[in-house]
Amino acid sequence: MSNYLSITEQEEKEMLEAIGVSKPSDLYADIPISLKNKALKIAPGKSQQQVMEEIEAYAKENVVFDSIMRGAGAYDHYVPSVVRYLSSRSEFLTAYTPYQAEMSQGILQSIFEFQTMICSLTGMEVANASVYDGSSAAAEAAFMCVEKNKKVILVPENVKPEVIETMRTYLSRRGIEIKVLKESEGYIKDGKVDTQMLEKAINENTACVYIEQPNYYGIIEDAEFVCDMAHHKGTKVIMGCNPMTLALLRSPADCGADIAVGDAQPFGLSVSFGGPYLGFMATRVNKDTMRRMPGRIVGQTTDGQGNRCFVLTLQGREQHIRREKAMSNICSNQAHCALVASMYLSAMGKEGLKEVATTCTSLAHYAAQQFTQGKATLKYPNNNDFFHEFITVTPTKAEKIVEKCAKEGVLAGLPIGPNEILWCMTEKVRKSDIDKVAEIMRRA
Amino acid sequence: MKLIFERSRKGVRCATIRPLEVSTYSVEKKYLRKELALPEVAEVDLARHYTELSRNAFGVDSGFYPLGSCTMKYNPKINEELASLPGFSRVHPRQEVDTVQDSLHLMADLSADLMELTGMDGMTLQPCAGAHGEFTGLLLIAAYHESRKDTKRTKILVPDTAHGTNPASAVMAGFEVVNIPSNAEKGVDLDALRAAVGPDTAALMLTNPTTLGLFEKNIEEISKIVHDAGGLLYYDGANLNAIMGVVRPGDMGFDVIHLNLHKTFSTPHGGGGPGSGPVGCKAMLAEFLPKPSIVKDKKGNYEFSCPKNSIGKVSTFYGNFAVMVKAFAYVRTLGSDGIKEAAEHAVLNANYMKAKLEDIYPTENRYCMHEFVVDIQKLKDQTGVSAKDIAKAMIDKGIHPPTMYFPHIPGVIDESLMIEPTETENKETLDEAIAVLRELYDLAFKDAKYLQEAPHNMAISRPDEVAAARKPIVRFEGEY
Ligand SMILES: Cc1ncc(COP(=O)(O)O)c(C=O)c1O
Repeated sequence: MSNYLSITEQEEKEMLEAIGVSKPSDLYADIPISLKNKALKIAPGKSQQQVMEEIEAYAKENVVFDSIMRGAGAYDHYVPSVVRYLSSRSEFLTAYTPYQAEMSQGILQSIFEFQTMICSLTGMEVANASVYDGSSAAAEAAFMCVEKNKKVILVPENVKPEVIETMRTYLSRRGIEIKVLKESEGYIKDGKVDTQMLEKAINENTACVYIEQPNYYGIIEDAEFVCDMAHHKGTKVIMGCNPMTLALLRSPADCGADIAVGDAQPFGLSVSFGGPYLGFMATRVNKDTMRRMPGRIVGQTTDGQGNRCFVLTLQGREQHIRREKAMSNICSNQAHCALVASMYLSAMGKEGLKEVATTCTSLAHYAAQQFTQGKATLKYPNNNDFFHEFITVTPTKAEKIVEKCAKEGVLAGLPIGPNEILWCMTEKVRKSDIDKVAEIMRRA
Repeated sequence: MKLIFERSRKGVRCATIRPLEVSTYSVEKKYLRKELALPEVAEVDLARHYTELSRNAFGVDSGFYPLGSCTMKYNPKINEELASLPGFSRVHPRQEVDTVQDSLHLMADLSADLMELTGMDGMTLQPCAGAHGEFTGLLLIAAYHESRKDTKRTKILVPDTAHGTNPASAVMAGFEVVNIPSNAEKGVDLDALRAAVGPDTAALMLTNPTTLGLFEKNIEEISKIVHDAGGLLYYDGANLNAIMGVVRPGDMGFDVIHLNLHKTFSTPHGGGGPGSGPVGCKAMLAEFLPKPSIVKDKKGNYEFSCPKNSIGKVSTFYGNFAVMVKAFAYVRTLGSDGIKEAAEHAVLNANYMKAKLEDIYPTENRYCMHEFVVDIQKLKDQTGVSAKDIAKAMIDKGIHPPTMYFPHIPGVIDESLMIEPTETENKETLDEAIAVLRELYDLAFKDAKYLQEAPHNMAISRPDEVAAARKPIVRFEGEY
């Protein structure tokens, strides 16, 4: 009923005349008649008002929790109104990839600013304009490290399981092995990577090691030890980071990592049932990893009059120039999400971001303490170095706890074992909610 | 324009959060960073900064955007509002399945509509863009041949007119690429195809209409050649807008397809994403689709499942969900009738522009589909004005230039512009663009230099791309 056409009957008639046909369907003369459709079994068109009602109804039975204490790859942070308001300007939202620099300086500059902020947080020297999400970022980064005789990627088990699975899908058909280092085999101790054990796993076939900071269990890794050891053994390190924690934590570059990746969803993007999120990648300029980096990169240059301006650059890496020799196939990425992230970082600013991160880690440590007053314990009691996620073990089944929390309007942490829950605290969680859950945990 | 870092002033604050309600936890010192550089601006600075950036950007809402292959149709606002409803935007991807029934319901219904529209039996919404979809679809093809112990199928055939992502995706999926030349009609050269197929053929990737905006008339014969050789047919859905509701890829013989919801289904491009690249397949490939899939149990509840021989995950969760909501709203608005009408008008608009331009801008002498490619070679030989020069001069006229230099077949199509008006433009807009293109053509003979130096009315003139690549400056290195 609504089809967004803007043509009148009279105009249509004139246009058909100019072409020399009597109706639009005549233009399909090249399509064999035998192939042409019968009627589609799709509902007939509706008015906008009806569509509004119909799709609102789809959103009604999803449960929207008052308080979200679940992270595990998707983080519910406060988003300042100014970010939503400015990012929805149609010049940003309805533009294509900025191929025409003279007409797209605003978009190009915003990407340049995003690259700068990612470099600042990671300590790296070059970042791309984004990739799909944290998992594909990790998979693409792993491929950047592969060499002829180095085709094994080592991944400790304490990283996001989705990252491991995505890496496998991405790389297994190119003769690359993803070797998962198991906790049960001693590679993880007190929740973090055991550097000495990891050292034994590295050999001349190892392309790189992928670790997460903080890891899936929420624990801060001794990343510098891992990087030093790995480099000593001649292998590269990719650090997958929750970038929110980098407001406080040492940067991946400072720890010695070769490539930093992650998902910047915590920067202003709603959890939105899993997407769109924001994969980021950064590395050092003088490393061979830079020329192998996938995706768009914006560079600064000057125009004919010497004005500073920005362009898509180093395109010799990309599919539209190199075709089958390209490093990656990525074309459209998550540019608008990157815009949102840079607006978020500018709105929070240096002090604001530190406050958010400090609030998250403080609430998490308070919650961990309150949740373990009864029979519940922390899974890694000897390790207090967690950021804003932690795992509890309870005699009561995890799903029972989840149910009880739901009755209080709280989305509990993620059950990751029959009796284990991975919790996450963000600045949106109130102390009163933590205290309510602590009551439940006391009886668990 | 100032960079946001150049607007930064020490100690200025913008957004603020609830004061900490518990005691401060101090992360162990050895883990702490020494410094952090981020801009410090007030809200008014932020608003002015991004408003200035937006004034130096150009979207579909700003004006005509005939960027070929990209389907820059109008992006309805209702879709945006629906995608941001709390019932969608505030739902965590790892919530218990009984609390996200509506999300799964919407994904299942969108998949069903897309399957019907394309003639497919299975669908995944997990890929985040077209190229991601290509990669996923090719993995399905690899898994299919492998499951039949047909392990020698190592090659993907790709026409020379294919988008760069096609060969790049094939290599990422572990295949070798064989280029197939075009015939005089700019379609697949059937003899070359017959010579290329064999027991090592995994699949042929095809865009139909092709990247020249022409319907591949020999599609049935192509399908037969590839299938007789034991290969499969892959459909790059970038150009579906021309034929949706008119002819289905599944009926043309395609086994695997990807769609670009950010093209055909009206979701905004966002300056380069996020998009969404669903992949559809015929029944024999469904067991390989990415996990999780969504199924309905006996009681009518939705749940996650894993296809029997799934290729695994291609992204963290279920894909770009918010984009799916927008596309679903679009499909439900247009419905079966409106979808076909949209396709017909996309084709009408393209043919109208073509008819009004082809006396001076040569193109193929047959009806085009949703787009057409004009050849500027002769104009360049006569005047020195290139496709790029015409494109840059269009910027001064407030029109986003067409796609330049794609497709590229050396010696056959070099200087080209690919014009895709889309169905949402009216005749007046098209007439204005036609007048501009005719005026620029005349100007090429009178004042080539003026065109070669265009644009003249923008904040910047042509950037020095060589300098940008030679000494890359890829971040702001000043103090702030
Ligand atoms: C013909 C064709 N195929 C594939 C793609 C890749 O799509 P995406 O940018 O969504 O990855 C494009 C996009 O420009 C295209 O035009």
